[in-house]
Amino acid sequence: MSSETQKILTTDGIPLEVSLKKAEKKNKIKAFLLVCPLLFFIIITYIFPIGEMFSRSIDDRMVTNMLPKTFKAMETWDGKELPPEEVFASFLADYRVLAEKKEHGKLGQRLNKEKNGFTTILKKLWRKMKKFEDGNAKEQIMAVHKRFRDVEYWRAIKRTAPPYTAAKYLKGMDMYFDEDGKIVQVEEDRRIHRILWLRTLEVAFFVTVFCFLMGYPIAHLLATLPMKYSNLLMICVLLPFWTSLLVRTASWMILLQQQGIVNDFFVWIGLVSDDNRPEMMFNKTGTYVAMTQILLPFMVLPLYSVMKTISPSLMRAGKSLGGTPFIAFWKIYFPLTIPGIGAGCLLVFILAIGYYITPALVGGASGTLISNQIAYHMKATLDWSFASAMGLMLLTGVLVVYWIYNKLVGIDNIKLG
Amino acid sequence: MAKNNEFVKFDKVDKSYDGKILVVKDLNLDIAEGEFITMLGPSGSGKTTCLMMLAGFETPTNGEIYLDGNPISNIPPHKRGIGMVFQNYALFPHMTVYENLAFPLKVRKFSKDETDKKVEKALSMVSLSGFGSRMPGQLSGGQQQRVAVARALVFDPAVVLMDEPLGALDKNLRESMQYEIKHIHESIGVTVVYVTHDQSEALTMSNRIAVFNDGKVQQLSSPDKLYEEPVNSFVAEFIGENNTFQGEVADISGKKCKIKLNSGDEILANPIRVKSKGEKSIVSLRPERAIIDPDDKMDNKFTGKIEEVIYHGDHTRVRLNLLDNHEFILKVPNSSARMDIKLGNQIKIGWNSFDARALDPK
Repeated sequence: MSSETQKILTTDGIPLEVSLKKAEKKNKIKAFLLVCPLLFFIIITYIFPIGEMFSRSIDDRMVTNMLPKTFKAMETWDGKELPPEEVFASFLADYRVLAEKKEHGKLGQRLNKEKNGFTTILKKLWRKMKKFEDGNAKEQIMAVHKRFRDVEYWRAIKRTAPPYTAAKYLKGMDMYFDEDGKIVQVEEDRRIHRILWLRTLEVAFFVTVFCFLMGYPIAHLLATLPMKYSNLLMICVLLPFWTSLLVRTASWMILLQQQGIVNDFFVWIGLVSDDNRPEMMFNKTGTYVAMTQILLPFMVLPLYSVMKTISPSLMRAGKSLGGTPFIAFWKIYFPLTIPGIGAGCLLVFILAIGYYITPALVGGASGTLISNQIAYHMKATLDWSFASAMGLMLLTGVLVVYWIYNKLVGIDNIKLG
Repeated sequence: MAKNNEFVKFDKVDKSYDGKILVVKDLNLDIAEGEFITMLGPSGSGKTTCLMMLAGFETPTNGEIYLDGNPISNIPPHKRGIGMVFQNYALFPHMTVYENLAFPLKVRKFSKDETDKKVEKALSMVSLSGFGSRMPGQLSGGQQQRVAVARALVFDPAVVLMDEPLGALDKNLRESMQYEIKHIHESIGVTVVYVTHDQSEALTMSNRIAVFNDGKVQQLSSPDKLYEEPVNSFVAEFIGENNTFQGEVADISGKKCKIKLNSGDEILANPIRVKSKGEKSIVSLRPERAIIDPDDKMDNKFTGKIEEVIYHGDHTRVRLNLLDNHEFILKVPNSSARMDIKLGNQIKIGWNSFDARALDPK
């Protein structure tokens, strides 16, 4: 049936569809206006920073802007032998401009990252070029240092030409572009990032597991206890939320240190001897303990909200139909809590994967995570593009987890309350 | 097979939740095999607690419950083999109808073939064949209810408990389900213990009804006896409609007694719970036992003034002021003959003293 023949008119003779659109237009505008603040908020505080982070992480325009003529001249150079005179002349011209702006040192630093030895020869060039005669730039430059006669150094310069690079991402995975532009791994003893990534995943995974193992019975108690007890328990669960993160982490430091309360207790009950107190802080143990405690509410609350909706008569039905308490739990109760488990685990895992303060304070050297590395590059080395790249890799990791969850359980099977 | 009259036996069962108040007091109740017994009572009367004790979800504080001669207080619910239909159906929402019904069979390690056969049989019994692959959420309330009934019966339990199973259904559906459950009971002969607060449901479905109030069984008898011959004023008031007169026994002799009402009038009644002169009493009379324009054989004849007429379709409900009782209700079948039933008219009312039961004063 075509819509032409079926067009329904209102009593006023206006097509029904038109009339409906008109009637709903006002509501649509109202709804949009209500959403507007949130939309702008998300764009300004989320979409825009992520975009900015992305562009920063691949941005490599520094040299591109410093040596515009050189790169233009290099376009035709195949990179097999030393570049022609034209390239040398353009390079000299570019470098002179930089020297006037006193930015020639920066170029040296940047190129040195690409290939060692640039700083020295560029400084030498800077001193010598004042006495250069016009023309014949190639020979004069090559005379400054033997490295200028090495084609590798010119290739290194050419590699910096593209304004964008994935080098930071490779660095985050302990890889780099070698001199032929191929992706290779760094030496084994320098692969620090990969260790951190794996450790981050490991810590996030086990913290999620611990939170689940501890949170599930708590949530079940909360959902089934009589009101007056469950309220008290709820307060206990929420108490961490009402305390500053820093205070909680600091209190864990007091509890877990070698002369701390937990160790004192172990000694007192005779679990360990006084002169052999275990290290529970500044290592992974400390990170596990503190993070599990801090993230526990994020597991308990979604679980609780789901368990609250499960009628106790379902378990009773299971038992009255002949299921042992275990079967009734496993076949009836547990499957019904899966949306809560999914929500809680996802929440805890995602939070744990990017956790910063707690591992920084109680993690020590063996308990720091990738977020601490990001912070280090933000604050200490000021390599923001590298920090951005790692941040985006973290974000991608979270999205992958989300995607896997969606494939396994289905994202609509998630319930936060 | 000889019918076991004490198939389920509550023996001096007490139940208290807090150690201060008895929810169930000294309950003695025998349920015969194959019987449909209803526990009827207002909310908080202890009927559901009794059911839960029988199912095994509550333990008696004192006394013992026997199932087929064996004490069951120490048997956990899943070993009692008692089917149960819950108020909110309690279907497992993450399982299909088939899986719901197969659950009790699977835990009993039935083979796949047998399970299929039994599930199919149970579904056809509640006329839901072909619904096996549906999820409970895709069914209407009545269908869910029938699945719940089928699930409670599929493993052939000796006793099926039903805890207000029709409470969530609308009136028409509830009535048709009442018949359906009754027919299922008749065809398979299972013992049913049914809990409800709806007296019409209890009257239509049961072999016997136990009326609960205040933790005690007030009366245990067949529906007709319960309605016609309530033994105390609670039962009289709880079951069906009831006109009451308060008064004091002025004279008592054999099957008749004279009750002096608070208004000063005297009526003749059937002494059920009064024995001697001077006792206080409540006289209970069913509305349909009072007749307009009584014949001479009736030994109670009075005149009342019509204060309200309520049209009910098949009958008209008339509220009178009779002997200073402004709440006296009369049910008049709808026929064109009675044109004098109008507001403010005086009409003559009469009843047999046998139908006016002089009960306890509460």
